[in-house]
Amino acid sequence: MTTDVADPVEAVAVAPAADPGFLQRHGGTIEYVLIPGAALVGALGVFGIFVALFGKAPLDLYFYMYQGAFGTWFSWQNTLTRAAPLILTALCTALPAQLGMVIIGGEGALLIGALAATGAALALPSMPPLLVQLAMICAGMAGGGLWIMLAGGLRQYRGVNETISSLLLVYIALAILNHLVEGLMRDPASLNKPSTREIGAANMIGAIPGTDVHWGLVFGLIAAIASYILIYHTVFGFAARVAGGNIRAAKIVGLGVGKLIMTICFLAGASAGLAGMVEVAAVQGRTNANLAAGYGFTGILVAFLARQNPLAIIPVAILLGGISASGGLLQRRLGLPDASVQVLQGIIFVFVLASDALYGRIGLLKGKS
Amino acid sequence: MDSRRISRRHLLQGSAALTLGTALRAPSAHAADTTIGFIYVGSRDDYGYNQAHAQGAAALKKMPGLKVVEEEKVPETDAVEKTMESMINLDGATLLFPTSFGYYNPHVIKMASKFPKLRFEHCGGLWTDKDPKNAGSYFGYIDEAQYISGIVAGYSTKSGKLGFVAAKPIPQVLRNINAFTMGAKLANPKATTQVIFTGDWSMPVKEAEATNSLIDQGVDVLTCHVDGPKTMVENAARRGAMVCGYHVNQSPLAPKAYLTGAEWNWEALYPKFVKMIAAGESIPNFYRGGLKEEIVKVSPYGEAVSAEARKHADDVKAKLIAGDYTIFKGPISDNKGKTVIAAGTDRDQKDPELEKMDYLVEGVIGATS
Repeated sequence: MTTDVADPVEAVAVAPAADPGFLQRHGGTIEYVLIPGAALVGALGVFGIFVALFGKAPLDLYFYMYQGAFGTWFSWQNTLTRAAPLILTALCTALPAQLGMVIIGGEGALLIGALAATGAALALPSMPPLLVQLAMICAGMAGGGLWIMLAGGLRQYRGVNETISSLLLVYIALAILNHLVEGLMRDPASLNKPSTREIGAANMIGAIPGTDVHWGLVFGLIAAIASYILIYHTVFGFAARVAGGNIRAAKIVGLGVGKLIMTICFLAGASAGLAGMVEVAAVQGRTNANLAAGYGFTGILVAFLARQNPLAIIPVAILLGGISASGGLLQRRLGLPDASVQVLQGIIFVFVLASDALYGRIGLLKGKS
Repeated sequence: MDSRRISRRHLLQGSAALTLGTALRAPSAHAADTTIGFIYVGSRDDYGYNQAHAQGAAALKKMPGLKVVEEEKVPETDAVEKTMESMINLDGATLLFPTSFGYYNPHVIKMASKFPKLRFEHCGGLWTDKDPKNAGSYFGYIDEAQYISGIVAGYSTKSGKLGFVAAKPIPQVLRNINAFTMGAKLANPKATTQVIFTGDWSMPVKEAEATNSLIDQGVDVLTCHVDGPKTMVENAARRGAMVCGYHVNQSPLAPKAYLTGAEWNWEALYPKFVKMIAAGESIPNFYRGGLKEEIVKVSPYGEAVSAEARKHADDVKAKLIAGDYTIFKGPISDNKGKTVIAAGTDRDQKDPELEKMDYLVEGVIGATS
């Protein structure tokens, strides 16, 4: 029809809506899958070369990695068990990141959370298990939350860099844990492995029915999804992202930045504290130095790989859980040293960070607006 | 691991495999009668605790019909449970040696209950009647070897000041410090042992600082009880002090400075265990022994050890092997002047009181808390 073509205004108005294909319209979403995916494949490729240099066949490597991480039901459970604490500790970095803060002290919040949860359980010796478990959850989250709030408060009210303070707080937390475990809270029967008393078998939270995976995974999924909703679908989350984008603008429009920082830091620490509670209530049954297993530090890696997106943390944590689950098989079948898994993690980290520059630059996916 | 020379073939193999990268090869089936799994908390070439166990594993590898799988740097969390399960499910392991102390409770107990037909042998734990029957704990009275080291150290010191770099003031460590000191006093009644606790099992920086600080105070013979004595041995030798080793023979690290050392003899014990199982005998759930039972041994004397020292040390060693010598023989008082073992009381190696040791004997400079 001639009228449509003749009317230039309408042609301009309609054409961009009709013309851009699927790729352009969903470019943003596709990028979020394609770029990290490509980075991962690239990292695995480089790791394959690395392994080949040691005289091992890369195909064997990929096979064992797949078998150890996802190849059998047992491997899946192994992977998910390892992923569970990582989801929670990753949130400790990802939530403050919305405010532009780099918190790397999830390990400290985990330890304090574990101590608080253990303390709660030991303080309620003859209560029904459900009540004890709830008290442990509350204590663990409160302990971890207050711990990271310390870092937030130091930043907000004393101008102390939160990255440094949260890291130093890890060492303070470890020192407190060792001090209490070797002193005040020590079970006198724990001769050669100073530990607190056990919380009791009845108070353990156990595994998800039908699996070996403990409830920490469910806690992690709930926390990640709740964080996503909080950040992207609430006014509070919007305010946090505004403050993260430009703190002066946020102050000018009257957002309570201090309150935002303290609340987000509390939530971040609470999720790492919950990871500590789970380690006590689902795995160790008591607190001792074993809890400082580095979940808090791996969580930082997970958060950065997930680009601080709470939902993306879930698959990334499962991926890293899988890598660590398959690490054993690489040692046993290929004779690779334990450090090879760390090499792989490092390569992935570099690839994903480097791939950041690609967002919005892939011609095919570029929208016109 | 052996890092082989990078040949062009390896590179080609690697890149070819990467580009093809489609068909996954299944691993070949393992034709071995028995698969044995070894799990280490640290690196298996640490010149220390883990290497001692790896040497035991290496002795098993030489026996026909056995396949040994190993995994290193496995933390004392549910990761070790998953490693055990992985060795059972994916490698078919029927005998497991989770070698780190912290693996026992709850991890080894949990796995032993889950796989009642398999055998779990744990190093250092205190098996009790409540624990699963297919789990066992073995350990050695290495204080006997430390006593011999002490005698040699007592003859070798010029200043009369000995140094001890220790991890934590727990019974097993205190017993070594005390035995070493009492041995030294046989040779030189005025000898003292200055002890420094680093606070954890693997703290290389603190171990180096402790070594330097001891030497600065005039100590000229050092020993240690940490997971990896390498740091102490190398630093002490560099400063011109002499050393007594621990866990394994560290003389390759410091051939001139190495006097002798207290070593584990797992390469004798593990084949013995396997032979017992093959012969249908049951390994006692609680298995202990010293020099006599060949669970511990003394390193060959270094060239700096005098003939007098060798003779005295060999005499006492012969008596210990014959079983007619008691190290902890009253009266013994601690370094605060309190009598800890009354005159007339002999505490032989198997005495459970010694497993609860919480004091430092007279002659030790230091405090347990």
